[in-house]
Amino acid sequence: MFRNSYDSDNTTFSPQGKLFQVEYALEAVKQGSAAIGLRSKTHAVLLTLKRSTGELATYQKKLIRIDDHVGVAIAGLTSDARVLSNFMRQQAMRSRMTFGRAIPVGRIVQSIADRAQTNTQEYGRRPYGVGFLVIGEDETGPHLYEFSPSGTAFEYYAHSIGARSQSAKTYLEKNFENFEDAPLAELINHGLSALHDTLQQDKSLSLHNTSIAIIGPPDAAIENLGQSAAAKRGNFRVWENQGVEELLKAWRRSRGEPEDGPQEEAAQPPAAEQAQSAEGSENAPAGAPAGGEDVTMEEQ
Amino acid sequence: MMSQHPATWGQPTPANSSFNQFNTFPLPQTQRGQSSHAHHGPVGHTQQPLVTGTSVLGLKYDGGVMIAADNLASYGSLARFRDIQRLHPLGQHTLLGVAGDMSDFQWLKKELDALLREEDALALTDSHPSLSPKNIYELLSNLFYARRSKMNPVWNAVLVGGWDKVKKESFLAYVDLLGTTYTAPTLATGFGAHLAQPLLREAYEAKAGIDGNGPLLTKEEAEKVLEDCMKVLFYRDARSLNKYQIATITSEGVDISDSKSADTYWKFAEGLRGYGAQTQ
Repeated sequence: MFRNSYDSDNTTFSPQGKLFQVEYALEAVKQGSAAIGLRSKTHAVLLTLKRSTGELATYQKKLIRIDDHVGVAIAGLTSDARVLSNFMRQQAMRSRMTFGRAIPVGRIVQSIADRAQTNTQEYGRRPYGVGFLVIGEDETGPHLYEFSPSGTAFEYYAHSIGARSQSAKTYLEKNFENFEDAPLAELINHGLSALHDTLQQDKSLSLHNTSIAIIGPPDAAIENLGQSAAAKRGNFRVWENQGVEELLKAWRRSRGEPEDGPQEEAAQPPAAEQAQSAEGSENAPAGAPAGGEDVTMEEQ
Repeated sequence: MMSQHPATWGQPTPANSSFNQFNTFPLPQTQRGQSSHAHHGPVGHTQQPLVTGTSVLGLKYDGGVMIAADNLASYGSLARFRDIQRLHPLGQHTLLGVAGDMSDFQWLKKELDALLREEDALALTDSHPSLSPKNIYELLSNLFYARRSKMNPVWNAVLVGGWDKVKKESFLAYVDLLGTTYTAPTLATGFGAHLAQPLLREAYEAKAGIDGNGPLLTKEEAEKVLEDCMKVLFYRDARSLNKYQIATITSEGVDISDSKSADTYWKFAEGLRGYGAQTQ
């Protein structure tokens, strides 16, 4: 039933000084599919790998707009993410209504971190099972924050969360010094390369599983501004499905690959066993069902 | 209320107990406060102002904005408190000039200072610029309108003067107890709206034109106009005092002058029938 005798409630420390329920919550984030964020001095970008619950299902959205100037990428329990993002939307609206001011990004992130912290200290509650990457732009420029269920919120130049995000982190750590002055197109290409590193051997980035969110001035060369008024204004916008195709093509060109991507992918739908074995399972608790790339119930 | 708990049945419950013994819904308490009316008396609303301040004047000039108010807080027609500052700075680049009920003004100061202190504390971690004059004005207009809608107005008329660091321009706006808001390059509250506003406009438009596109008054000119207006108000407004302060708000910050007086001339009054000693 329990992995040890200190994990049956979230407020009791183990003799090693751990709060096991909090650690399990962090595990839920690790099993969600990958999300990547990076920032230049003009832009902040999020990239996510979407999953679908089956062949007949749509791919679950992982990017949520909070306000014109803030948006999040989620990894972990989608339903917890909805609660937190609704709260963030309320905070953002409250600031606009009472002060006529867009809420500072750091403060909206801190507000959910404070909520998450309460859940680690009060009896009868559980930590949120979701992590966020938050991008936003305020009077002090573009920002990227990570929120985690342990109640922390840190600012980053570039960061990744979710399944196999360590591979992406390795890429980001190797390249982050180029991000600060990178134009938008380059920033996105770095992000896609990092996202690509989180994929399993036989998978590739496609217009179905890739979504990209941007904050910052638009670039008409790579963005279809006719499609998005938000993009024209430099507000938070999401590119996915057909909208992400051009961005993917540009990225493949930059790597010297055929711009239409690997062709065999469509002819070979993943078998159920294959999906079951999958990513994220290396972190899963023994005996717990593994969250596969394509077949999951809850976590996105 | 009588306790229904088996162990203490029949004993009175503590006066401050808010536990709902019968699980009725909605809870037998009002939304407004935690404690019931029976214990604390009826809810009080401001029905009329008691200790009041009179006109506040505001004027945009070249490089900033000036706000003037006298030092009097009247108790009805009695000139009760003669050393009250009605100009209140908020942060680096905003200033409030307040007319109307002085206790509501004191409450307003307390609330806004607390808010700004909180903002300053948050800025220690994220270095985000504090609330701009526009932000504070927006808050005040929401607050005043919400309170009048609860039939409990904040009994003041306020001028917000400031310097917008982003747009690099001065800010001047009005909000009152009804939640009425407007903005103009010259503003005045109360009696000043009738007596001083025309004089302020005349001086402003003489240089800037009615569209405001011409040059603005210099600092010296603006100060002179405000002093003239304060003098006119002292002559004609029976709730005013010839002791006032002028605040200037520029990109440099807020500066509030020491109290000063205008030269006034009363000789003519001796000849007025009904004023001095009557000779016939």
